[in-house]
Amino acid sequence: MIDRRFVKHFDWGLLGLTFLIVAMGLLTLYSAVTSSTAGPQKILYFKQLVWYCIGLAAMIFPLFINYKLLDRWAPVIYAMCMLLLLYVLFFGKYVAGARRWIMIGPVSIQPSELAKIAVIIILARYYSKHADIGGLNLRELFTPFVLAIIPFILIVKQPDLGTGMLLLLIAGSMTVFAKIERRSLLCIITSCTITVPLVWFFLKGYQKRRILTFLDPERDPLGAGYHIIQSKIAIGSGMISGKGFLKGTQNALAFLPEQHTDFIFSVLAEEWGFIGAFFLLCLFLIFIIWGLNIAYRCREPFGTFIAVGVTSMIFWQVFINIAMTMGLMPIVGVTLPFISYGGSSVITTMICVGLLLNISMRRFLAE
Amino acid sequence: MTKYLKTADQDWYKQRLVRIAFCVAGTFCLIFLRLFYLQVINGEELRRLSENNCIRLQSTDPSRGMIFDRNGIRLVDNRPAFDLNIVLKDAKSVEQTVKKLSNYINVPESELMSKIENDKTVSSYKPILLKKDIGRDTLAAIEVRKYDLPGVVVDVKPRRHYIERQTAAHLIGYLSEINANELNSGEYPGYTVGDYIGKFGIEKVFESFLQGTRGGRQVEVNVMGQVVRILKTVDAQPGKNLYLTIDLRVQKKAEALLKDVAGAVAAMDPQTGQILALASSPSFDQNIFVDGMSHEQWDALISNPLRPLENKVIQGEYPPASTFKIITAIAGLEEGVIDKDTTLYCPGYYKYGNRVYRCWKAAGHGSVNVIKALAESCDVFFYQVGQKLGIERLSMYAIASGLGSPTGIDLDHEAAGLIPTKEWKKRRTGVAWQGGETLSVAIGQGYDLATPLQMLVFASAVANGGKLLKPSILKSVYSPEGSVILESKTQLVGKLPVSKQTLEIIKEGLKEVVNNPKGTAWIAHVEGLDISGKTGTAQVVGRSIEHGLSEEKLSHRLKSHAWFVAYAPSDDPKIAVSVMIEHGGHGSSAAAPIAREIIKTYFGQDENSEPDKLKVAGHQ
Repeated sequence: MIDRRFVKHFDWGLLGLTFLIVAMGLLTLYSAVTSSTAGPQKILYFKQLVWYCIGLAAMIFPLFINYKLLDRWAPVIYAMCMLLLLYVLFFGKYVAGARRWIMIGPVSIQPSELAKIAVIIILARYYSKHADIGGLNLRELFTPFVLAIIPFILIVKQPDLGTGMLLLLIAGSMTVFAKIERRSLLCIITSCTITVPLVWFFLKGYQKRRILTFLDPERDPLGAGYHIIQSKIAIGSGMISGKGFLKGTQNALAFLPEQHTDFIFSVLAEEWGFIGAFFLLCLFLIFIIWGLNIAYRCREPFGTFIAVGVTSMIFWQVFINIAMTMGLMPIVGVTLPFISYGGSSVITTMICVGLLLNISMRRFLAE
Repeated sequence: MTKYLKTADQDWYKQRLVRIAFCVAGTFCLIFLRLFYLQVINGEELRRLSENNCIRLQSTDPSRGMIFDRNGIRLVDNRPAFDLNIVLKDAKSVEQTVKKLSNYINVPESELMSKIENDKTVSSYKPILLKKDIGRDTLAAIEVRKYDLPGVVVDVKPRRHYIERQTAAHLIGYLSEINANELNSGEYPGYTVGDYIGKFGIEKVFESFLQGTRGGRQVEVNVMGQVVRILKTVDAQPGKNLYLTIDLRVQKKAEALLKDVAGAVAAMDPQTGQILALASSPSFDQNIFVDGMSHEQWDALISNPLRPLENKVIQGEYPPASTFKIITAIAGLEEGVIDKDTTLYCPGYYKYGNRVYRCWKAAGHGSVNVIKALAESCDVFFYQVGQKLGIERLSMYAIASGLGSPTGIDLDHEAAGLIPTKEWKKRRTGVAWQGGETLSVAIGQGYDLATPLQMLVFASAVANGGKLLKPSILKSVYSPEGSVILESKTQLVGKLPVSKQTLEIIKEGLKEVVNNPKGTAWIAHVEGLDISGKTGTAQVVGRSIEHGLSEEKLSHRLKSHAWFVAYAPSDDPKIAVSVMIEHGGHGSSAAAPIAREIIKTYFGQDENSEPDKLKVAGHQ
């Protein structure tokens, strides 16, 4: 199974790029957990290291298997993930007002993270079979819509609006890539303009407030409005060259809430300034383009769609998280891949990198 | 056929991928621009704000709702208290600042430093409390030297103030700091460490009305930590104001009358169920819970054998003694065991089985009917009625009269009392019910237990024609702006198992108790006031009745508890009272005079009251 050709076509560049981003992430995380006594504790840093080791294994071992196997197993994977999502709603550990984790011994798993991959795979399977140049019509879009909406509802019920929204964006990106028939597109747009006010009605109070705070941050000067201001101050105070490693005052004083998860970019921007932040953003941009390139060079549709799905996942997470820290978006709890603390997120992201590597190194295989 | 031509192929995908790549790059440009804007264009300003973390949040405590009596006289309000804090990060040279501070306010340096050491673990921007509630003089001393004391911050906080000391303490209750268990229980969402919540009484039960909503503001501070600019403010919402049903005049009289004894007094309006007074003795000063008390003070409260923290009106369970005879009489009349004219003979004792049960009056009452038996509280009469009824019927009437279960008043820890039945005794002791025990129950001794509140509700029911009402303590709730949010309504919880005719007979008997010179409560008689009632003397020790020791000769601990329930006037009654004095001796000598004074005060007939003046002042 270990063909010499695989090793020859292995994408060392992508691997290297990933390690570079991960390294930046670990450094920033280290700063975020050590600088303050009142903020997140040092042990989180070590936990993250462990997660990355596990993630490395999760990335490498599947490389021995042809990714095309996923095509056949897609429905099973999807069904299992849906069951896990259902399970967590009833039996999940209740933390801070939400049920997002399943406890297995000392380990907690977040099914919503796994659901992202499951949706990418099942949609890739569907679109690789049904896409055509004229675009998909409404009837053809019905199945993918259902496939995406089920996990969306289950996730939003936890409640976890951020991940749910992310899921829809990933599914949407893959769908747009597969092209929608013009007429159907018009239909969809009009129905969206109707459903958006409807969805507004069902949003919880704090979610409505978050969106309204974005539109007018003055509305919540003691809560979300305050977080955004502190985050902007942190980022801006980095100026061009930053305050220096471990010298970020905003994070040292634990004024940034969730500085090891949602707002970790602010920590990085404060300590490494425009130079550091710009560098990281460029790395992310290169990573995404690289992923698109893998899709480009892939010679069959299934792999192309998976690559597009995975890449869109990284893109949207990066975009939403960073836009949020800079006050361009409401705070929705989407974490920055490779950088934010979070075991399930690390594993999922590493699996995704593994998928990209897998697709890339098998691109010369005959159909 | 056309489907094949339209099938997507890799070239088509490649085209789309290129387009996507451009979109992605475009989005990133937006992000780069925003980053540039924050870090380069606004960099300096934001750097300045980050230094010393100039933008801070301060929270303002909401003002807690005030509590008034039924006429609008203020009972509980809030006073501003000044807390002295230090912010270590701003105090350039903590030692110097503390030294200066110690000089200005006459507090030893060591004391201040130890406070700082204890709280030092948190962020150096968090204010550390040095001294709570500094007086206005100390405040002045600090304020004039503010620029010499960097990092020193005086916080104004509203502090609970119980205006009338030791008045209605058990009813109103007190506040204290929320503890870890309460915070974790999930019953107090939105509360944080350091908040004060009601822990007892009305302060606890109506916490949700009284607590307002916290406010806060975003401020900009200078390098010394002093506020230079207020950016945004969110106003704190004060809590709602409560108007209780009690009448302060009557309440204070009750507290005064209970001053040197342990016991309970409760008064109620028999038509509405509104509590006019609720006093338990000994009492305590609620302010010490808010201001902070020493270990000695706490120990004194806990270990006092008279249990000052217990609300005896609702928590004290005592044998109802002769007040229970009212129920025995009702049962006897309703069941046809006796009627209005039935007479029984009392020679001072009654033989049952192989025991002799004595009447309190050794010489006996002679021939009595039910009215005279009530008026002179003849035990022998009721022994016989009880015996004929049997424990099951007797208990049934007692339970139907509200005894044996809580009245439902809106306060914590209400006791249920006890009404024994054959089944209960078998279950509890394993021994079957003895006939002689019925006799004890019939005169309110034996296993019977009742709270002063239960007897009050019962007496009110007798007074108002048979309606058992839920005692209410809250008259109305007002918003801080003055609009009504809630008005209490009379709640009927049951009806006495008594017909109109029977009740008339009973009421006549109770009237005789007070208005006939031979009645046991003749002492409570007042010219011009039509008072009715019933005395009770509850034996504490099951001492052999043969000894016949008079109450006066007993040591205090062994003295009987004294009961008196009353209402006035008998037609269209306006007030009912229940009095219980622990170890007071005879109900007639210890409890009845207290009830008399309460009723006199209520009708404005006591020497000290100026009823009209009080009603006008403070009326909202």
